[in-house]
Amino acid sequence: MNFELTEERQMLQDSLRRYLAGAEGDIWAGLAELGVIGALFSEEQGGFGGAGFDMAVVFEELGRADLTIPLIDNALLPGLLMVAGGQDVEGLIGGAQRLALAHGETAARYDLNWVETRAEGNRLTGEKTVVVGAEDADSLIVSARHSGVACDEQGIGLWLVAKDAPGLQIRGYDIAQGGRAAEVSLTDVEAKPLIAEAGSELAKAFAAATLAEMAQCLGAMDICVAMTQEYLTTRKQFGRPIGTFQALTHRLVDVVVAVEQARSMVILAAGHLEADAKTRDLHIAAAKNLFGRSGRLVSEECIQMHGGIGMTEEYALGRYAKRITMSDHRFGDTDHHLERFIDLGAA
Amino acid sequence: MDLSFNEEDLAFRAEVQDFIAQKLPAELADKVRLNKGLSKADHDFWHAQLNEKGWLAPNWPKRFGGAEWGAVRRHIFEEECALAFAPRIVPFGLAMLGPVLQKFGSQEQQDYWLPRILNGDDWWCQGYSEPGAGSDLAALKTRAVRDGDHYVVNGQKTWTTLGQHANMIFCLVRTDVEAKKQEGISFLLIDMDSPGVEVRPITLIDGGVEVNEVWLTDVRVPVENLVGEENKGWTYAKYLLTHERTNIAGVGYSRAGLDNVKRIAGRAMSGGRPLIENPHFAARVAQVEIDLMAMSTTNLRIISKAAAGQAPGIESSLLKIKGTQIRQEITDLTRRAVGPQALPFVSEEVESNTPLPDAFDAGAVAASYFNNRKLSIFGGSNEIQREIYAKQMMRDAK
Repeated sequence: MNFELTEERQMLQDSLRRYLAGAEGDIWAGLAELGVIGALFSEEQGGFGGAGFDMAVVFEELGRADLTIPLIDNALLPGLLMVAGGQDVEGLIGGAQRLALAHGETAARYDLNWVETRAEGNRLTGEKTVVVGAEDADSLIVSARHSGVACDEQGIGLWLVAKDAPGLQIRGYDIAQGGRAAEVSLTDVEAKPLIAEAGSELAKAFAAATLAEMAQCLGAMDICVAMTQEYLTTRKQFGRPIGTFQALTHRLVDVVVAVEQARSMVILAAGHLEADAKTRDLHIAAAKNLFGRSGRLVSEECIQMHGGIGMTEEYALGRYAKRITMSDHRFGDTDHHLERFIDLGAA
Repeated sequence: MDLSFNEEDLAFRAEVQDFIAQKLPAELADKVRLNKGLSKADHDFWHAQLNEKGWLAPNWPKRFGGAEWGAVRRHIFEEECALAFAPRIVPFGLAMLGPVLQKFGSQEQQDYWLPRILNGDDWWCQGYSEPGAGSDLAALKTRAVRDGDHYVVNGQKTWTTLGQHANMIFCLVRTDVEAKKQEGISFLLIDMDSPGVEVRPITLIDGGVEVNEVWLTDVRVPVENLVGEENKGWTYAKYLLTHERTNIAGVGYSRAGLDNVKRIAGRAMSGGRPLIENPHFAARVAQVEIDLMAMSTTNLRIISKAAAGQAPGIESSLLKIKGTQIRQEITDLTRRAVGPQALPFVSEEVESNTPLPDAFDAGAVAASYFNNRKLSIFGGSNEIQREIYAKQMMRDAK
């Protein structure tokens, strides 16, 4: 039992924090050069990390930065699926290649196995919704069903689709978390097979992506606490700092409690990422449920303690709070994961 | 980062389990599990078992006869004891006075009192709160006036837990009425058999007598029973409180309580199905289980920052707040789980053998719910904990 970061991870954290402090514009190549993408993959996959705690360190730092970097969607999630399909991810780690996974469908909500997009041989037809990072990707990994009905775990395969493939349409838009997503429609699109039965690999990759999302959220929560702490000591009303009012400071302590609980959950989720599927998913579900609840408390309370300024687009707090709130809409929300936790616990 | 227990830790857990299996009688564990009141003899018995093994004072340094365990062993020990429904270690001598004497007591005081605590020769109680000094502890009024080689003490202490069993009380008393309120306080050890000490029981809404009033009228206390220096008692008092917050999260108790809720809800029926399958009840249980998973790690993270034998820092306020919220939520779920059978509990139940219905073998769960309202009040109320932590945050930001 030990809660200290290894020396290597400590160094990764320090160098990434320093780099992000001065970063602006497109920093994808810079991150790759720093080894950040490589840290997400194991040595045998061509990287030099790949453990849950490596992901936690990287994404917590990204979450602290006031930037939108789609590292989950353009590197981690598709990268893990490429590896699962036996492809090398050298280009991805080096920053030259970017991919995105087109998986979600309107009727699926957060159900991983709900896939109605059809595969006839290697030709795909269907509609994918809110595909984050689709426009920036060089090609897409697309899930489609070759057999069974919409909610079966069996019968889901993955294919690679080139961005200029005839019949592929991408309609992009800004999203509230920052960055962009797209609606992707496929009409008899020719694709290259990646994994024939992808159910368990999707679950595994989504577990890692969920962990990354939570770590990112944790970084943003830390910033919200620090900003609110600072604000309470500097903002004056009634002739004194508002941090002298217990009605505010006691709420801040409850926020700190929620953040510390969230931090523990990132540790638990990271520590069980390589466990058997049920243990892994039980911890991921527990963690994501707690994040949904903690995240809502942190973002709502920090906005409230700031007052109107916390709602302005110009002031960073609002942007962080928005990211935390929107994080609940990715990879399953509070209620989804509570139900999942109950089901997994009863099974 | 490593969440696994190492070989020695696992061996230690097995040793604790073996020890409890051998030494804890089933009747005593049942009394704890069913929330029946424990007698002084019950507590003394369990303390003696632990003392023989050298485990009675987990937080004391070895040179004083303690186990001096680090965070992980303390966690394992507390968890196994709670899961086996062992009586809790009565904290007043062991977790509170002991560390104060070790840090501020004279050689003579250490040599005399510390072994007596371990051997059960003295039962200590805590003379801190007064009717006018609860959360504002430094407002205490109990007076001690020097008279030759004695102090003469007058005043009233209250909420004195298990004072009915005690022969000794450590008291905060005012020795300087002119000084600022924190600066005129001294720390005195008072023999409860002295003339002028009177203990009056307070019955709580759970029907039990756990706390007392202690009245002190012209009680003569030898000056050698002063701990440290006169008028420096506030420093010692605060030091004691940091040790009081050891195991404040009560993770083991919560785990045992949650297991119990699940067991009851698996047997209690609702609409023809086990209550645990009711989606509303299941959701409440699941949320508190998730909170407890996180809390268990939060607790380990925070206590492992403190060196072996030392109390954790200001973060223990966070543990107190969340840990007690979780424990109280579980007591609420437990009383709901038994449904109408929560109603039959009476004050005399502890003493008499009135046969009450207990279809779920759950004991006095409503009494336990009422009793555990104390968790967010004692040891520095949760509002005081927020205030302590918030003040530090505001100082840190400047």
